[in-house]
Amino acid sequence: MNLKRMIKSNLLTSITRFLSGIGYRMIARVWRLGAGTRLFFLTIVYSGESFRRFHLTLREIYFTGVMSLLIIIVSAFFVGMVLALQGYNTLQKYGSSEAIGVLVALSLVRELGPVVTALLFAGRAGTAITAEIGLMKTTEQLSAMEMMAVNPIARVVAPRFWAGVISMPILAALFSMVGVLGGYLVAVPLIGVDSGAFWSQMQANVDVRDDIVNGVIKSVVFAVACTMIALFEGFDAPPTAEGVSHATTRTVVISSLTVLGLDFVLTSFMMVV
Amino acid sequence: MTSNIVEIDNLSFGYKGRLLHKGINMAFPRGKVVAIMGGSGSGKTTLLRLIGGQIKPTQGEVRVDGKVVHEQDRDGIFLLRRKMGMLFQHGALFTDLSVFDNVAFPMRELTDLPESMIRDLVLMKLNAVGLRGAHTLMPTELSGGMARRVALARAIALDPCIIMYDEPFAGLDPISMGVICDLIRSLNDALGATSIIVSHDVKETFLIADYVYFVADGVVAAEGTPHDLMQSTLPFVHQFVHGEKDGPVPFHYPAANYQSELLNQQL
Ligand SMILES: Nc1ncnc2c1ncn2[C@@H]1O[C@H](COP(=O)(O)OP(=O)(O)O)[C@@H](O)[C@H]1O
Ligand SMILES: [Mg+2]
Repeated sequence: MNLKRMIKSNLLTSITRFLSGIGYRMIARVWRLGAGTRLFFLTIVYSGESFRRFHLTLREIYFTGVMSLLIIIVSAFFVGMVLALQGYNTLQKYGSSEAIGVLVALSLVRELGPVVTALLFAGRAGTAITAEIGLMKTTEQLSAMEMMAVNPIARVVAPRFWAGVISMPILAALFSMVGVLGGYLVAVPLIGVDSGAFWSQMQANVDVRDDIVNGVIKSVVFAVACTMIALFEGFDAPPTAEGVSHATTRTVVISSLTVLGLDFVLTSFMMVV
Repeated sequence: MTSNIVEIDNLSFGYKGRLLHKGINMAFPRGKVVAIMGGSGSGKTTLLRLIGGQIKPTQGEVRVDGKVVHEQDRDGIFLLRRKMGMLFQHGALFTDLSVFDNVAFPMRELTDLPESMIRDLVLMKLNAVGLRGAHTLMPTELSGGMARRVALARAIALDPCIIMYDEPFAGLDPISMGVICDLIRSLNDALGATSIIVSHDVKETFLIADYVYFVADGVVAAEGTPHDLMQSTLPFVHQFVHGEKDGPVPFHYPAANYQSELLNQQL
């Protein structure tokens, strides 16, 4: 009897603890979301300098954009080639292997270009941004800037933000272009699909408004999300070696999940509208 | 205009409810070198951050040049900070900029000076700390003492009237320590500035300070000229100044009875 009551009360406390743990984590998540949003608005407010002194932004475009070129181009090439192989395999069963060009182009422009670019960007440039800003915080460089009456959001965060927002759509466009080239090389010289059919079908079926503009919208949204997450994680990192390393990991995890989730939301909107 | 450029009035501050400062009063007269001393964790760095307006006091106020720091809006704080230069504990040099660009940073950010004049000014500041020859180096290529001197050149880039030093001697070899020591005094006098030194190195600090405040347990435990403090019979000051390991500040962190803790296997 007594034992039963003890188990019951123990169970009750562990359930309470479990629930309050969930609540605590939820509150922490919501709090971070709010803090991130606040940083986003402050970044927009203090963006003037990034354009007035555009060389600040240009320098970051070099570090985030230009330095990501190689990984983007190589990945795009392989993705395009695999698309062509897989696509041909399926299409030829229905006797429409000339549609391979359309398949490759649409997959890239609509989905793979923006999404894979964003994922690669989070891993290549996002982590670098988080680590750099986290380390600047750890070594009191941001504090020093503040004490010099220089706003770190205007001087450090905003130029990196705009650099990401400018670079990523260009990288995504490049990804699609190189991907199509990779698909062409597999489909035409390798498999022997007619070159004229490959290009003309693509030209006839890829729509500027529905496909290309939508792809660009996606990659701009992903750019804002990925860059902002990387910046916030760095800015918010506890000023220790461990804090910065955790923040860097979180940048990749949160960016990737956000990009995939947003992709679903955006795609459904674009299908409806 | 009062003769004190910085005044701290009945100041209390704490992180997360635990009070770190409990009613501190200090005055920093123009043109003087004033030191704030105390053990590690006694809130010295926090005091500098309160003067710079990076955090707000729980109670009381800090006045810089007659203006209450925590009542200023963002622009007001930035105006006050333009009168201050701060040397951070580890220098806090911008690692992505060269020595030259680090010192030029405040000038480029806060003034409209032409690049040719900035160049002359930067070389002048670097010359004052003896590192004009190092202006092309990156911060990672500097020794600890050199980095501290570059940071000092950056702190005085815009000729501040208040220069704050956070542990300027910590972790330096004796030669660099002497160099920094001389620099603090000579720069203070050359610029006509007021210097605030936060430190726990008694020998160096006493050599250059005009006046010294001791903080302990959140209050000013003692104050006076270095000469007076050397003679002080206050137990705490005596222990600190003469570096005795046990005294009013115990060697042992409060703990349970040693014997019973050893005998008791559980932790
Ligand atoms: N941002 C912060 N949040 C919470 N506690 C802090 C923070 N900064 C410092 N502290 C705590 O305040 C105390 C005093 O810190 P500090 O002013 O750096 O001391 P000192 O410079 O005299 O060594 C320390 O115990 C430290 O742990
Ligand atoms: Mg300190």
